[in-house]
Amino acid sequence: MAVMTYREALNEALREEMERDPDVFLMGEEVAEYDGAYKVSKGLLEEFGEQRIVDSPISELGFTGLGVGAAMAGLRPVIEFMTFNFAFLAIDQVINSAAKMYYMSEGQFPMPIVFRGPTGAALQLSAQHSQACETYYSHAPGCKVVTPGTPADAKGLLKAAIRDNDPVAFMEGESLYNFKGEVPDDDDFVIPLGVADLKHEGGDVSLITHGKMIHVALQAAQKLEKDGIHADVLDLRTIRPLDMDAILESVKKTNRAVYLEEGWPYAGTGAQIVSMIQEEAFDDLDAPIIRVTQADVPMPYAKNLEMLAKPSANHVIEAVNKVLYR
Amino acid sequence: MVTKVHMEALSPTMEEGQLVQWLKAEGDSIASGDVLAEIETDKATMELVARGEGILRKIFLDAGGTAAVGAVIGVIAPEDEDISGIEGVSGGGGDPPASAEAAAEVAPLAEPGPAATAAPVVPASAPVAPIAVGGRVKASPLARRLAEEMGVDLSLVVGSGPGGRVVKRDIEAAKAAGVSAPAPAAPTWIPDEDEFEDVQTSQMRKTIAKRLITSIGPVPTFYLTVDIDMGRVIEARKSINAMLEKDGIKVSINDIVLKAVAGALRQHPNCNAQWHDGFIRRFNSVHIGVAVAVDDGLITPVVKNAHLKGITQIGAEVRELAGRARDKKLMPDEYTGATFSVSNLGMFGIHEFTAIINPPEAGILAVGGIEQTPVVVDGEVVVRPRMRITMSCDHRVIDGAQGSRFLQTLSGMLEEPTAILL
Repeated sequence: MAVMTYREALNEALREEMERDPDVFLMGEEVAEYDGAYKVSKGLLEEFGEQRIVDSPISELGFTGLGVGAAMAGLRPVIEFMTFNFAFLAIDQVINSAAKMYYMSEGQFPMPIVFRGPTGAALQLSAQHSQACETYYSHAPGCKVVTPGTPADAKGLLKAAIRDNDPVAFMEGESLYNFKGEVPDDDDFVIPLGVADLKHEGGDVSLITHGKMIHVALQAAQKLEKDGIHADVLDLRTIRPLDMDAILESVKKTNRAVYLEEGWPYAGTGAQIVSMIQEEAFDDLDAPIIRVTQADVPMPYAKNLEMLAKPSANHVIEAVNKVLYR
Repeated sequence: MVTKVHMEALSPTMEEGQLVQWLKAEGDSIASGDVLAEIETDKATMELVARGEGILRKIFLDAGGTAAVGAVIGVIAPEDEDISGIEGVSGGGGDPPASAEAAAEVAPLAEPGPAATAAPVVPASAPVAPIAVGGRVKASPLARRLAEEMGVDLSLVVGSGPGGRVVKRDIEAAKAAGVSAPAPAAPTWIPDEDEFEDVQTSQMRKTIAKRLITSIGPVPTFYLTVDIDMGRVIEARKSINAMLEKDGIKVSINDIVLKAVAGALRQHPNCNAQWHDGFIRRFNSVHIGVAVAVDDGLITPVVKNAHLKGITQIGAEVRELAGRARDKKLMPDEYTGATFSVSNLGMFGIHEFTAIINPPEAGILAVGGIEQTPVVVDGEVVVRPRMRITMSCDHRVIDGAQGSRFLQTLSGMLEEPTAILL
């Protein structure tokens, strides 16, 4: 297996899919000449030319709409948002056009489009640029939401997202781009959407999470190991469609669960999942399910306050102790 | 023609009836007006009469079972008529519907939905078939399921979760404690299997309970007071303490009272009982809760199996438990599981008082101090050491006459302490 960064893994996925299918193209702010704000598209302009690697003006709603039209015309666009924080300007095209097109056209227009870019907080980018946006997209029927947490998942899932005939919000982690990990050498490494991955196995408690929070969960799980607590860390990878079978399998084994997410608690992804767990595994629960989330406030700029507002391994351990009645 | 046999309102206030016995069996020919069954209402046992003719094709409610008024408990129909579509109340053996609303005309035949199994506690050891324990036991869903599967009575398990919530580990500890020797540190106590008997509440008891809690609730309490001549107990205590002086042991009046209470309760299991929704649990063993004042309140450590213990042992245990109670060192199983309680304020010069029942126990005895009192004996006024005791009784469990008979036995034992030996 090759060791590469999350950024390189995404770059490989884009390159392979563009080589494989001439209908695939990439469009967004600074994706071509500048190699992308986070260098994800490095070298692609040179390789595929400006017909397929397209720099757009700073006009999120406009180029997202272009993408939707291109998909209706039979192409497979990949639209890069510099971050999903900027994509609020474009969300009308994503939710009202892309997510509903297949349904409202009675199947005449499949919508094979990927919206990708980083989501969530990095460091000291303040309230408007530190948001975990996945819930906005998973809320709408018709839109798939993928949140890879490792280089391997980033590559395998982006390839699957590009091949999918539905709109996919592919939400990366800004602080993950330099994260290194092993990626299978497989010529065509694709991970199907909607399949969770057990990143750490234990029998005492289910830590369920997605996106870059898997690293916080794994850190907590390692600390808990020293304390004799063995946690399942279940990485959902895709939050819509949801791998409910994997969630239930883990919860039925451990009888208690903590949901960890980077976003806010109110109507967050965890709220949905907790609801589904209690509906389907009520008699297997030995404790209320606890969510660990960002504090329910706009992200503070001050570093010390930002640290307090973000979910941490210590928050997770506290929650685990609670559901274990320790 | 198909005639459904309904639980009928056989008294003006009846809301549900208990099936005493069927006088006809499935397959019997029925003429209109035949007596089908005997039903115990809230007032009396009444006859249920057939309202149609044919064959008694199906009985839905077994003897002992309870059904709400209006529920279908049987079917009369011609031999060849298809009755497969008719649903009746489920089972028998005393599985009363939670409320009149719950037992609509067509009650669920089987597979109770989630809402219908809110308290699925079926003590494996209980002599009477399925009884739903009422009272709200806080337990995790998993603990409830495990308790049911493992035959552990949730109401007897001390929960170690927040707010006393019973969780998985408590059920496992209770199960372990139940099958092997008492688990040393397990904060759980479950009584021996034959330690109690659950008696299904009769319609009359249910009515008493229902009526009285609308008057004084949630525990409809009444009080019985009696004066006891303690002359012989004082003498007995003197001679016991003289005998034990060399061992440095002293017994108190209260120790002797506790011993007598244990003995009297053994003779009156009606008073050594707990109220549960749907049944009364009568204990064979006597576990006496002894009220102990601590700095910021009170707690009632329990002298377990007091009926098997001697006065000195009871005394030693009370003092040991009270000492640890004041130090706040009692384990949960040391202050739970009482079947009756005693509170003594005599040492404060209290002449008489009433104590408040600690549910689900049905009785508590308030013991006043011994006072030299002029009384008439054989027509002469003499001064005697008298002690006034007042018993608080949960009227759902104990009737006035039953409580009075218990106090009669108790005062007999204290006025003639050798009776305690019997």
